This record gives sequence, structure tokens and C-alpha cells, in this order.
Amino acid sequence: MAKGEIKNRESFLDTIANNLARPRKTSGVERPKWSNQVQWNVLANYTQDELLDVLEKQCDSIHTDLVRTSENDLSQALRNVIEGFGGKSVMTWDDSRFNSFGLADSFRAWKQDGIDVHKWDASNGDQSIQLAEQADVGITFSDITLAESGTVVLFSDQGKGRSVSLLPATYIAIIPKSTIVPRMTQATREIHQRVENGERIASCVNFISGPSNSADIEMNLVVGVHGPIKATYIVVEDC
Amino acid sequence: MPMHIGEKEFTNRIDKGLGDDFMRGAVRSAQGRLQTNRAKAAEELGDWEEWRTLGQEIRQHTLENLDFYLQQLSEQVANRGGHVYFAETADDANQYVSEVIAKKNAKKVAKAKSMVTEEIGLNEVLEANGCEVVETDLGEYILQIDDHDPPSHIVAPALHKNKEQIRDVFKEKLGYTNSEKPEELTLFAREQLRKEFLSADVGITGCNFAIAESGSFALVTNEGNARMVSTLPKTQITVMGMERIVPTWEELDVLVSLLTRAAVGQKLTSYVTALTGPKDEGDVDGPEEFHLVIVDNGRSKMIGTEFQEALHCIRCAACINVCPVYRHVGGHAYGSIYPGPIGAVITPVLGGYEDYKELPYASSLCGACTEVCPVKIPLHEQLILHRQKIVEEEKKSDLVERLAMQGFSMITSSSKLFNVSTRMAPFLVTPFVKDGVIVKGPGQIKSWTNIRDLPVPQKERFRDWFKNREKGGSRHGQRGN
Repeated sequence: MAKGEIKNRESFLDTIANNLARPRKTSGVERPKWSNQVQWNVLANYTQDELLDVLEKQCDSIHTDLVRTSENDLSQALRNVIEGFGGKSVMTWDDSRFNSFGLADSFRAWKQDGIDVHKWDASNGDQSIQLAEQADVGITFSDITLAESGTVVLFSDQGKGRSVSLLPATYIAIIPKSTIVPRMTQATREIHQRVENGERIASCVNFISGPSNSADIEMNLVVGVHGPIKATYIVVEDC
Repeated sequence: MPMHIGEKEFTNRIDKGLGDDFMRGAVRSAQGRLQTNRAKAAEELGDWEEWRTLGQEIRQHTLENLDFYLQQLSEQVANRGGHVYFAETADDANQYVSEVIAKKNAKKVAKAKSMVTEEIGLNEVLEANGCEVVETDLGEYILQIDDHDPPSHIVAPALHKNKEQIRDVFKEKLGYTNSEKPEELTLFAREQLRKEFLSADVGITGCNFAIAESGSFALVTNEGNARMVSTLPKTQITVMGMERIVPTWEELDVLVSLLTRAAVGQKLTSYVTALTGPKDEGDVDGPEEFHLVIVDNGRSKMIGTEFQEALHCIRCAACINVCPVYRHVGGHAYGSIYPGPIGAVITPVLGGYEDYKELPYASSLCGACTEVCPVKIPLHEQLILHRQKIVEEEKKSDLVERLAMQGFSMITSSSKLFNVSTRMAPFLVTPFVKDGVIVKGPGQIKSWTNIRDLPVPQKERFRDWFKNREKGGSRHGQRGN
């Protein structure tokens, strides 16, 4: 992709440097050693099972159901949640994990029961957005899961459209238990390290904690505004 | 809507606020809830003071090296194919955004909530150019539909309205037929706005935190409208105040953790969306073209001065939620889209003392704001600094007040005059007394009695009573009236 334009920068930054009463700094600024790193103390040394308990408890506060299942029972658990949502049309990411967790075959079989599963298809262009908008249920995997806040972290990609977790009225995140970490601290460290290694980070990183909501009318919490109205997490015991 | 809102006269705005019983009730209950939620979230997290210290250190380091981090940010955005425009003034920013929109031949803009675009008055400019601008945050949408009623709180902009008023606005302007239940009102807004998201040509967002190391920026939201605005339109423009930046993703973690707790007591909001440049090649959703507009508009006037710390603000509104003055007069009384203690500190710098010299006095200096600030801005001390500047340097204090203070100092520094005046006081006020209190005072007393009654001066002065008591009068004797 061609480099973008930068306009009117020099005089703007000169003013800042002048007011700071020193010459412009264009290199050599290092972050200092902060006086504490208290964020690493939160849920430190919790086992994977303990983190899952924290996640489950937090889901109560964010109006999200959490279902635990094994790899073998995942397909049935997913089907139950979709039916609970009254879902007839489903949109999923194009993500190899649907194959490795054995879901792709189930999706084909569900068609005869009247559940239409569409896979996000980048070659379809805007049509994929329309399909997502019409779908009853959106399904994605979680890339990193934050126990403390009940958050699934999604990295966008050609096959991992932003719309799948946003446009359908209901949303299901499949959470491999191995993806659970204590909190945002671990996820942002991971992304920071990718940046330091010169890796390209996703154009959209979403930290999603349950369904959309608003308290703009008399501070009353209403669940379901522009994004999904309901959300369920399915945790797969993969470790 | 530019930064200034409401009537020009501060006292008129205050009278309006004090007379609005619904608004005052709504503000009291909102403040109560938000304060409780914040305190609970801080306690649950633990080590809150250490978190605040960390937040303060991060903000301080970033502001002291702001030129470096903004340069790094702009390079990284450009490397990912995004365009960056540095706008010194509101006009510069509005003109740039207008040009982008004109080039795209765009007719409809969907906007996610952004205080800086309110500050620069972007909507008016775009509408004057013939563009339809749709606010998509529920609170902002309600205000826009209600003939552009100004926001009264930086996190909950429609805090001053009740659900019946909102129902009536929807009914009158949009043909809404359901009840005043928040669920039904919200569902109606969802249906209305879904169409707008899908048909908008350009999406405009604000920015909670830009991340210098990767050229990313994060939006901290609950409703999902900012995700819509950054997913569906083909062109995206993000407008950020120049101080809204962190060095790396690691500092983003700390500041977002402080922000969501201090603002609403959440561990995280429903959505924290971090975007980098336009969509990647081969992606379907996300903007094809991305512009970042970095706005100064008077902020650099605070850099290198005693007010630099005010730029550490992360816009959580915790100071507003504990302020006893805001509690009584509400957001509109400040005459600025930035109300409360932080508004009283930054508005006079951004807008000038000429228009906002009263704001630093709209505080009891109780220091509750300073105590809750998640990045430890010494807010009430900054208000005192403003007062010093206004009185000592600017000589802009009210003429009547100065004369009265001069009179007061003359009288109090002369024992003879003081004796005479205190003896006269009970008689001078007699025409204003009703039922034993002064209900409608003259001159300087008027401002007090407009709001509450003033006790009548005692007939027997304290000094005389004390003297009599010393002479052997009753120990617990009442002063004569």
C-alpha cells in the first residue's frame, strides 16, 4: 500500500517543542522505568481452571451466558445456543479453527434442518457484509480471552471480517480454554512485542466484552444497542 | 456546535440550571450512581493509588515528549497508507475535513461520539456545506434530533433529559409511537440508525488514545456505533486532540483500565476497538481511505505552563461526577461543552478569560475532584492558579466586586468604621426583612438572597455580648435580638 501523506507537521510540532523550551525531539526517546507495574499483579499465578472460573463469574456482570463444553460436544453445544437464539441464518469467520474443531462438517449437515451457515468470503466483496447484516447469529473464535473483564480479543483478517461479530442480532464467541489470560495486560504485551518485532498488526483489533449496551437514557442500562443484542461464550476444554 | 454553549451571561446560565428541578434531580441521581460504581471498581481492582501513580507517570512522560510521539504516530499511520493532517486551529481542521468530504462527493456522514469535533464545531461546517451529518451515539442522537440541544456531560451527553422528554422528541420529530420505556426508545433508535450506518459515505470518529508505536488509535465504547462507523463507510476520518496519545500498547492497557473504571465503574467497556490505518488489501469491511486529523486549537498554550497537567486528562468525567457545584447548576451552566472541574480548568485556556473568567470561581475548592482523578491532576489547585492569574495578572475581576472588597478592607482596617457599620447593619436591612430573615437583599447581598434566605444581623453585636458576658452576664446567655 502506498505511503500516506503527512501535512502541516513541522510547524505544529515546532510549536510544541518551543513551548517545552527545548529543541525538537525526533529520536532517542525511551519510556522510563515506571515506579510500579501493578497491572501484572492482577490474577497473577492463577491456573487455567481458576482463570476460567473468574471469566465465568464476570460473564454475569456483562449479561453474557457462558457454556462449558468438551471438544467432542462442541458441535451440539453450539447448535443448542443457535436454536436458543432462534437462529435460522448464521455467519461465521473463514477460520481454519472451524475445521480443526470439527465444525465444518456439522455446518453442512445442519442445512437440511433449516439452519443456513454462511462463511465470510472476502472474494464476495460487499455481498458478505449484506449476508452478515441479514444473519441472525454471528460466530467467531476468540484469539485471546481476558478473564478479568470477560473479553474476547479478535484480530481482523481477510477471512475474519469485522462485521461478523457486529451486524447480526446475536453473537457467539467460541473460546478455546488455552486462549484465556488474566487481563488486558497480557494481550497488549503480546501486541507490543509483535510491533517491536516488526510484524504487521491487524488493521482492526476488537476487545469485546458481551453484548452492546447503553445507559444514555436516565442512566438505565439497556442491553442491545447498535451491536449484538445478546451474546454467549462457549468455552472448549482444549487443555 | 462550537465550544461555547447557551446564554452568554454566566449568571443567567446558573439561574437556568438552578431553576431546572428535573435536571437537578437527574444529575443528583446520576452522580450518586457513578460515584458508587467508580469507588466499587477501584476497590475491586486493588492498589488503586499505585494505578493512579502509574497513570500520572505515563501521562507526564508522554506530554513532556509530545512532539516525538506525535511524529512517530504520524509516520506509522502514513506507513500503513493513512493520511495525517496537523490542524493548528478549529478552522484548519474543519477545512481539511470539508475538503476530504468534497473530494469524495459524500452526501451523508455518520459520526460516533467525539468531544473534539463538538469543540471545533465540525457539524455546523459540514451541514453548511450541504452534507447530512448523523450523530450515532444514543445520547448525541437524542440531542441532535431535539434541535441540536447541547451536551451537558462528557460521558453521558443527554443526562439532563428524562425519558418522557425523549419519547416526546422522538414522537414529534420521527413519528415514534411506543412508550417512554428506555428499552423501547433504544430499540427504535437502533432501527433508525442501522439504515444510516449502511448508507453513510463517510464515518467520523474521535479518539480515546492513539498508540504512537504502531500508528493505531483506540475507541472505548459500549453501544457499538463507533464500530459501525469504522466498519461500513468507505472513507473514515478520525479527529483527535493532540494530547490523546500513549507511547505503546502497554500504556494503552493502563490508561484504558483507569478510564473505564473512573468513568462508569466497568472493568472494560463492551468494546475497545483499536484501528490501524485503512483496511488491509483483500479485506472486505473497514474503510478504503483513512485520514487522521490531529488538533491543537489552543492546547499548546498549556504546554510549558502551570496548566500543562490539565492536558493529562483522559476524559473520564470522574471529577464532574463528584463536583458539588456541577450537582447544583448542571452542565449547561458552564457555557462550555467541557463542564465541571476539568472544564473550568481547560475552557478558560482554550476559550480565553474574556468569555470564561467566571468558571474558575464555580468551585468550592473542596478538592473532591483532585481526589478522584485517575491520573492525579491537581484540579482544585489549577483552579486557584486561574483565580490568581485573573486577579493579579489580568486585573479582570469584576469592578463592583473590587470596589466592594476595597470598601470592606477600608472598613475592617479601621476600628471606628467597623464599629459604626456593624452597629448600623441591623437597621439598614430592616426594609428587607420578612419573617425574621432577609429574603430579598440589596447590593452585594442580592446574589445570596436570590438563592436562599440570609439571617438578620443580631441587634446585640458579638463584641458587645462578649463584653457583657465577661462582666458577669449569664454564661449561656442568649444574645439580644
